[in-house]
Amino acid sequence: MIAQLFPTCLVNEFHPAVGMSVARVLERLGCSVVVPEGLTCCGQPAFNAGFHDEARRVARHTLRVLTATDGPIVVPSGSCSDMLVHQYVELFRADAPAADAARGVAARCREFSQFVAERGGAPASMKTPARVAYHPSCHLMRGLGVRREPLEIIASIGAQSVAFDEQEECCGFGGLFSIKNADISASMMDRKLTAILASGAERLVSCDLGCLLHLEGGLRRRGAAIKVQHLAELVDEALE
Amino acid sequence: MSGGFAQRAREALGNQQLHIALDRTTAQLVVRRAAGLASLEDADRVRDRARASKMQLLHTLADSLRAFEARLVENGARVHWAETAADANRIIVEIATKAGVRRVAKSKSMASEQTHVNGAFERAGIGVVETDLGEYIVQLAGDRPSHIIMPIVHMTREQVGRVMAQRLAVPYSDDTQTLARYARAQLREEFLQADMGLTGANFGVVENGAICLVTNEGNARMVTTLPRVYVVLMGIEKLVPTMADLDRFLKLLARSATGQKLTAYTTLVRGPRRSGDDSGPDQMHVVLLDNGRSKILAGETAEILGCIRCGACLNACPVYRSVGGHAYGDVYPGPVGSIVTPGIRGLAPFAELPSASSLCGACREVCPVRLDIPRMLLALRHEAVEHTRQPAALRMGLTLFARVASRPRLYRAATAVVRRVLRSRARDGWIRRAPGMASGWTRFRDLKAPAAETFETAWRRRAAGRTS
Repeated sequence: MIAQLFPTCLVNEFHPAVGMSVARVLERLGCSVVVPEGLTCCGQPAFNAGFHDEARRVARHTLRVLTATDGPIVVPSGSCSDMLVHQYVELFRADAPAADAARGVAARCREFSQFVAERGGAPASMKTPARVAYHPSCHLMRGLGVRREPLEIIASIGAQSVAFDEQEECCGFGGLFSIKNADISASMMDRKLTAILASGAERLVSCDLGCLLHLEGGLRRRGAAIKVQHLAELVDEALE
Repeated sequence: MSGGFAQRAREALGNQQLHIALDRTTAQLVVRRAAGLASLEDADRVRDRARASKMQLLHTLADSLRAFEARLVENGARVHWAETAADANRIIVEIATKAGVRRVAKSKSMASEQTHVNGAFERAGIGVVETDLGEYIVQLAGDRPSHIIMPIVHMTREQVGRVMAQRLAVPYSDDTQTLARYARAQLREEFLQADMGLTGANFGVVENGAICLVTNEGNARMVTTLPRVYVVLMGIEKLVPTMADLDRFLKLLARSATGQKLTAYTTLVRGPRRSGDDSGPDQMHVVLLDNGRSKILAGETAEILGCIRCGACLNACPVYRSVGGHAYGDVYPGPVGSIVTPGIRGLAPFAELPSASSLCGACREVCPVRLDIPRMLLALRHEAVEHTRQPAALRMGLTLFARVASRPRLYRAATAVVRRVLRSRARDGWIRRAPGMASGWTRFRDLKAPAAETFETAWRRRAAGRTS
C-alpha cells in the first residue's frame, strides 16, 4: 500500500527526525512511503488568526498537491490533520469544486496514531520499558476524537503511561496564541509542566510537535531534564 | 473598565489570591459536573434533544415569542418589549414609579447585570438590593460578578468577611456559616420591606407562559411572592417549547452548573395572584429584552443564543482558569462571554476576546447543548479581520506567509533564510532570545533551533541513496 506522508511544516523545519521515524514505522507496517513534492504548510496559522483569504490561498495549494496523489495521507500531527479534515471544508463553503476536493482529501487523511491503529497497531518487535507521560493534544483528542489509540500504542510497545493531574487540559500552545497571548499561554504551560514533572514520568510523549516544542522549551527554561518525544519516535525506538 | 483584555489578563495572572480562589472552585466544579452528567441516564441523548429543540426554537423565534406573549397575557401578566438596555431600564423604572415602589428586591439576573438596572433604580431614588448571596456581596463590595453562577468566585472568604464587617457593622468573621447568617438577617428584612420583586428567567415555557427560575437559596421564591409588584426581565432567547423540554433543560442545567441533579429550588410562576390565592404579587410584568440578540441571531454566532448559562465552559476553560472573569471586561466571561459580549456590545471594543483562546475545545466538550464555541470564536476572528484594525505586523506577516506558502520553491528559499538566521542565534540547538514576533515565545520558553537540514532534503537524499 502506498502511503503519502505530509510531514507538516514544523516537522520539516524543526525536527526532521520525527518524519524519518514516521516513515520507518509506516514501512514496517508494509507501506511504501511517498512524500509528495511541493507541500508547505496546511495554512492553519492564517485560518486560526481569522485570515481566511490567506488561509484559502495556502489550502488551495495543498489541495492541489494532495489531490494529485493516491492512497491514505498520513499526518504526524493532530492539529494539522484536524485542519485538513474539518477546516478546509469550512473554508471552501462557497466554492463547490474546492469543497469537493477538500472532502476527498479529508476522507484520505489519517493522523499518525490513527493510521497505525487502523493498520493493526505498532509493529514493534522490541520493548521500550519507559515511564511515559502522554499529553493528549486538543485537536487530536477533541477535534478528531482520537483518545484511545496513542495510549494503546504506548502500552503495546511495553511502555508504561503514567497519569497526571488534569491530563486532558490544554498545554497552552495554541499556535499563534502562544505568542499573541504569551503570558496566558505560559501560565497554562506551567500548570501542565508541574503536573508532568510530579508524575514521575521519564519521558513526555505527544502526537503534536507544536505542543512538544512549547513544552520542551518550557522545560529547558526551568532547567528540568525529561526526554521529549513524538509518539512516532517512541515507536521507532522500539523497532529493532 | 480600563485597558484591554491583555492588560487586565496580565494583572489577573499576577494576582496570587485570585489563582487560589479560581483553582479551588473551578477544579471542584469540573469534577462535580462530570459526576452529575454520569448520573443522568442517556445523557448524550438528552443533550442532543435539548440542543435540537433549542435550535428549532431559535429558527422560528418570532413565532415562539408571539405564542409566549399570548400565554402570558392569558395568565394575567403584562408584556413589554425592550429593544435596548436603556429601553428595558426605562420600562422597569416606569412600572416601579407608577406603582409607588420604594424598595426593590432582586434575585440573580444576568440580563439585569447587562442593562445595569440597579443604576437606573438608584437614579430614580428607588432602593434596590440583590438577594442572591453572591450578588449581595458583590453589591456590598461595589464589585462586579466574575462568574455566571458563582459571582464571587474571585473572592476568598476572608475578603467577604472584611466587606461584611465594614458595610454591615458586624464583627469580622471568616466562617462561612457566620457570614451566611449575617446576610440572612439582613435579607429577611429586605424581602419583607420590598414592594417590587425583580428576577431574570432561566426559562420561559412557550406552551403555558410559565417563567422558570432555579436557585439554591430560595430567594427567587421570596422575590416572586412577597412584594406586591413582580417584574421579570428576560432575554428573548430564553424560551423552551414545552414543559417536557423544560424537564430536559433543568436536568442538564443543574448537573452542568454544580453537579446537582436538581437545584434546591425550582420556581415556576404563571401569573399574578388570582382570587383565592394565599399569596403572590398583585401585578406581574414580563419585559422581553432584545439588546443585540436579534443581530446575533442573524449572524454566524446565532447558535450562542442556545446557551443556558450553566457556566460549565468557564470552569473547563484553561484561559478562564488563568485570568478569571473580570479580565473579559463585561458581564459574561469565559468562552461564552467571548462570543456574547462582542455580539451585544459590538466587536470593535472586544475584538481581543475571540483570540483569547487556544481553541482547545474543552468548552464544546462540556456544553450541555453542544454549542460549537471554537467554531464561533473562529468566525468572530474572521469578522475582526474583515472589520476591525489588526496589528500591522500580523496582517503583513500572514499576507506574506500566504504568498510564500503557496509557492513551494519560494517557500524553500524563504524558510532556508529564516533557518539560517535562527540557527546563528542558537547555542546547543536552542535559542534563549528570539527577535521580532518570536520574542513573545522566548519570554517564557526556549525556542528550538531549526534543523540543519529539512526533513524533505533528508528524505530525498535517502530516496536517492536507495535507488542508486
